[in-house]
Amino acid sequence: MTVKELQKIATQVRRDILRMVHAVNSGHPGGSLGCTDFMVALYFKILNHKKEFSMNGYNEDLFFLSNGHTSPLWYSVLARSGYFDVSELSSFRRLHTRLQGHPSTDKNLPGVRIASGSLGQGLSAAIGAAMAKKMNKDQCLVYCLTGDGELQEGQVWEAAMFAAAKNIDNIIAVVDYNGQQIDGPVDKVMPLGNLKAKWESFGWDVLEMNGNDMNETVNMLYIAKEHTKKAKPVVILMKTEMGYGVDFMSGTHQWHGKAPNDEQLKNALAQLEETIGDY
Amino acid sequence: MKKIEVLFNKDTRSGFGEGLLEAARKNENIVALCADLIGSLKMDAFIKEFPERFIQTGIAEANMIGLAAGLTIGGKIPFAGTFANFATARVYDQIRQSVAYSKKNVKICASHAGITLGEDGATHQILEDIGMMKMLPNMCVINPCDFNQTKAATLAIAAYNGPVYLRFGRPVVPNFTNVDDVFEIGKGSIINEGSDVTIFACGHLVWKAIEAGYILSDKGINAEIINLHTIKPLDEKLVLSSVRKTHCAVTAEEHMLFGGLGESIAGLLSRNFPAPLEFVAVNDVFGQSGKPEELMIKYGLDAPDIVNAALKVLERKNN
Repeated sequence: MTVKELQKIATQVRRDILRMVHAVNSGHPGGSLGCTDFMVALYFKILNHKKEFSMNGYNEDLFFLSNGHTSPLWYSVLARSGYFDVSELSSFRRLHTRLQGHPSTDKNLPGVRIASGSLGQGLSAAIGAAMAKKMNKDQCLVYCLTGDGELQEGQVWEAAMFAAAKNIDNIIAVVDYNGQQIDGPVDKVMPLGNLKAKWESFGWDVLEMNGNDMNETVNMLYIAKEHTKKAKPVVILMKTEMGYGVDFMSGTHQWHGKAPNDEQLKNALAQLEETIGDY
Repeated sequence: MKKIEVLFNKDTRSGFGEGLLEAARKNENIVALCADLIGSLKMDAFIKEFPERFIQTGIAEANMIGLAAGLTIGGKIPFAGTFANFATARVYDQIRQSVAYSKKNVKICASHAGITLGEDGATHQILEDIGMMKMLPNMCVINPCDFNQTKAATLAIAAYNGPVYLRFGRPVVPNFTNVDDVFEIGKGSIINEGSDVTIFACGHLVWKAIEAGYILSDKGINAEIINLHTIKPLDEKLVLSSVRKTHCAVTAEEHMLFGGLGESIAGLLSRNFPAPLEFVAVNDVFGQSGKPEELMIKYGLDAPDIVNAALKVLERKNN
């Protein structure tokens, strides 16, 4: 798949996110829009995954979403890559839906292997899954996306220390480094300091990329793969803009967990062409 | 009352250690995790035989629970062990989201539970763990009574698919169950058949209930003693059938009154067969340093406390 085709899908996914959140007047569009290019690149280009979902994921790459509030993005990408019908996206956050506000395994949604939403837990689970792969002599990789505000949770650093100590080198963690969290800029709420130095001092191989440049994202994900199996866990600090793709939502924490109204939706969708068909 | 023979004296945690090793020999998917308490959890023999299946997490319990949840995705059956306080209260949200809600096949193995941890004092003497764990949907909660039963329980949970909280302790206590007794999750056992009053107990308090049974027997009172090692799912059929016969009951546990076995039984009886009921449990206070036996007396968890509770419910029944 070409970068141009990936960009087309990303545009459609962004439309899905906005329409899903608008329809139930709740959900988290900001981080979802910011991470769209990465997740589309991952699922449509990078991830070695099977069509049929199986919980154990033997002999396929696994993805864990630790910042579970970006669920509308994940659901759209899962549906668009064939895990379930895109029409189900209209059930997002509604009673009896498999598309819970935050991802869960409770109703057996294909593609989801563990619940997330309460922050800081996904990296531990991803490392556990990566260890099981090693024990099973399974050569495939494990990916995990976390937020940057999420790195304020202590458990993330317990996991970081552990993975390096145990040479868990079949994992690629990705930090959505958008610099925003609910209460404002990360630098004001609780600064992360020199994040690259922090991960390096914890023993990780640190890469950086612009996660809103599809070309760069695809290339860096390939490079990251080359960095695995070298006795060190790999992390990508992924610069993104919260709300990327919609001008009035970009670069601010204001749209972290707020749905657009009818007028705002219309305005936003006018900026995002319907490329492969709305759900 | 029939004589219950003490076969030997041993700690329940050693039963866990032996059970883990035996379970691991049977199933190559069993792995163990520990947060810097290998000796306390009696994991040494397992680690010696299966070093590649042991994961030392360091003092990082939150990560340990998450790792365990992730390991299940690759088909592993993780036994995550630490002190009961750090296995529950410290990591409640990790257990709630990554294990219970996600229905992961994780075995949370908690040693040094309750007041009998002794001299370390209240920071380590968790008395709220059964309550926290039983409130979680999908979670099975087990507190076996002696060495043999803890070993049998460990083997049983290895064969059970789903989240389990297995609670055991530090002190050397009488072992009175047989090595070949069948252990079935969710099924209590009648230790002594009686007709006057039922004593429901779990964990270390089962032996205290037996001691109380002798004292009551000397007073001409015939107590039915039931070992409810599984607090959740509760053996409702056994509880109700016994109380329908005796019309009064006492619960006994090394746990806080709120949230414990007694509360589960009170709820069951109030919905189905209200009867006089007393609780032998710690009543809304933290523990303190001391010898295990001293603490059992101080906090009202001894055989005479069970006897007094039985006399109370018998009086209410007969008035």
